[in-house]
Amino acid sequence: MNLWFLKPEYRQRPSYHIVLLGGVALLTSAAIGVADHLTRTDIAQRQLEDLKVTLQEVIPPQYFDNDLVRDTVTVNDDGDQPVVAYRARRGGQVQAVCYRVKAPGYGNTAMVIAIGVDRAGTLLGVRVVSHNETPGLGDKIELSKSNWILSFTGRSLNDPQPDKWAVKKDGGVFDQFTGATITPRAVVKAVKKGLAFFAEHRTELLDEAPTKTAQANMSPAPNGSARSD
Amino acid sequence: MTTTTPHCGAGPVAEPISQPAARGGEDYLGIFRNGLWDNNAVFTQMLALCPLMAVTTTATNGLGMGIASTGVLLASNVVIASCREMISQEVRIPVFVLLIASLVSLADMMINAWMHELYKVLGLFIPLIVVNCAVLGRAEAFASKKPVLASAVDGLAMGLGYTLALILIGGCREILGSATLFSHASLLLGDGFAFLETTLIPNYKGFLLMLLPPGGFLVLGFLLAGKRAMERRWEQRTAARSKAETAVQQPSAA
Repeated sequence: MNLWFLKPEYRQRPSYHIVLLGGVALLTSAAIGVADHLTRTDIAQRQLEDLKVTLQEVIPPQYFDNDLVRDTVTVNDDGDQPVVAYRARRGGQVQAVCYRVKAPGYGNTAMVIAIGVDRAGTLLGVRVVSHNETPGLGDKIELSKSNWILSFTGRSLNDPQPDKWAVKKDGGVFDQFTGATITPRAVVKAVKKGLAFFAEHRTELLDEAPTKTAQANMSPAPNGSARSD
Repeated sequence: MTTTTPHCGAGPVAEPISQPAARGGEDYLGIFRNGLWDNNAVFTQMLALCPLMAVTTTATNGLGMGIASTGVLLASNVVIASCREMISQEVRIPVFVLLIASLVSLADMMINAWMHELYKVLGLFIPLIVVNCAVLGRAEAFASKKPVLASAVDGLAMGLGYTLALILIGGCREILGSATLFSHASLLLGDGFAFLETTLIPNYKGFLLMLLPPGGFLVLGFLLAGKRAMERRWEQRTAARSKAETAVQQPSAA
C-alpha cells in the first residue's frame, strides 16, 4: 500500500495518533451498534423462549391454555422488590402462577429459583434457573445432576410443618448432599419464602382482586387502597 | 528452512518466532509447532491463567473456552495484521485493546442471537476472553509485525495450543475432583459426542480441592514440571547422540 497517510513521517505526528485512535474507537463502536441493532430482537426472542421452557418445567401443561410469558403481574415482596409472576390460566381462570425467587448461595453468589404454585398453594415444580455453586458438590440442585429438586413437588407451606421446612441436618425433612449443606439449605429456605410470598399475595397473584377495581389491576395497587371498604 | 530451534521451554522471555525463510515465505509448520508446544500460551508463556482457572473444572468446559478463544485469537490476529501498516507504534496498545474488546462483544452478541444453543453452553466463557491476555500478547508479538496469512496461522496455532492446555488441565481436575471425563460433552458438541462422557468411578465422593481454584494451580504446576522434565530429557538425549556421533567420527579421523 502506498497511500499518502501511511508514510512514516505522517505516522510520527501526534495528530495522526489522535485521528487513528478516534477513528478506531468510532469504527468499533459503530460496528457494535450495528451488531446490537441486528441481534437485539433475536436475542430478546431467544430469551423469551428460554423463559417459556423454564415456565413449562414448573407448571405442567394441563394447568394452562394461555401464553404464559405474556400474562404477567408485578407484585412487590416484603423487601419492596418487584416480583414478576407469570399466570397460568385455563378457561380464563388463573390455575397456577410461576415466579422467581433469589437466594444467596455458597459464597453469597445469587441463585435464581423458579417456583410454580397452584391455587391451593401446592408446589407444582421448582427449578434452579441460575446459580454459581461449586461444581460437583452444590450443583446437585440442578435437575441434570440429581433428582433432589423434585423433592419439593407436591409440598406446601404446611406440608411439612413450618419447623420441618429445613434440611435433615437442621431437623427438617429435605436431604442435604454429602459435602454440601449450605446450598440445599439456601434453596429450602428460598422455596419456603416463596411459598410465604404466595400466601401473602394470593389474591393479587391469582387475579382475584375485587373486579370493580379492574383498572387498578393494571398496576399493583398501593397498600391500603385495595381494601378501602 | 530455518536453522534448528533449540528454544524448547526457554521461558516466557524467549520468543522463538520462526524467521522468514530465505525464499520469502513463512515457516508455517514452525509457527504451528511454536503455538502448540514450544511457545504454548499456558505452559511456556504463562499467559491467560485467569480464564483458565475459572473454567477448567471439567474437560468439556475447557474445550468450550478453547473453541471460543481460538475464534477470537484468529479474528483479532487477522484484523490487526491487516491494518498493521496504519497503526502507529505510540498508540498501538489502546488500538489493539479496542479491536479485541469489540471483537469479543460482537462474537458474544452474534452467538447469543443466532447460535443460542451454543450460547447456553459457551455464554459464560465469551466475556471472559476479554481478560485473556494471550490475545493481546499475540497481537503485540506477532500480528503487528507479520503478514495476514502468517498471523492467521499463528492465531489458530496459539488457540489450539491454549485449547490443548485447557482440556489437559480440565481433564486432570475433572478426573481427580469428580472421577468423570468430558461430562456434558453432548451439550457442547451435540448428541453425537455423548460417547465421550465417561464416569471412571461410580459414586465417587469428590475431591473438592481440585475443583476449586487452588486445585487448578496445583494441576498447572505439576503439568509444567512434567513439560520441563520432558524437554530436558529430550535435550539430554540429542546432546548425548551428537556426542556419540562426534565420538564415532573422531576415531575414524585419527
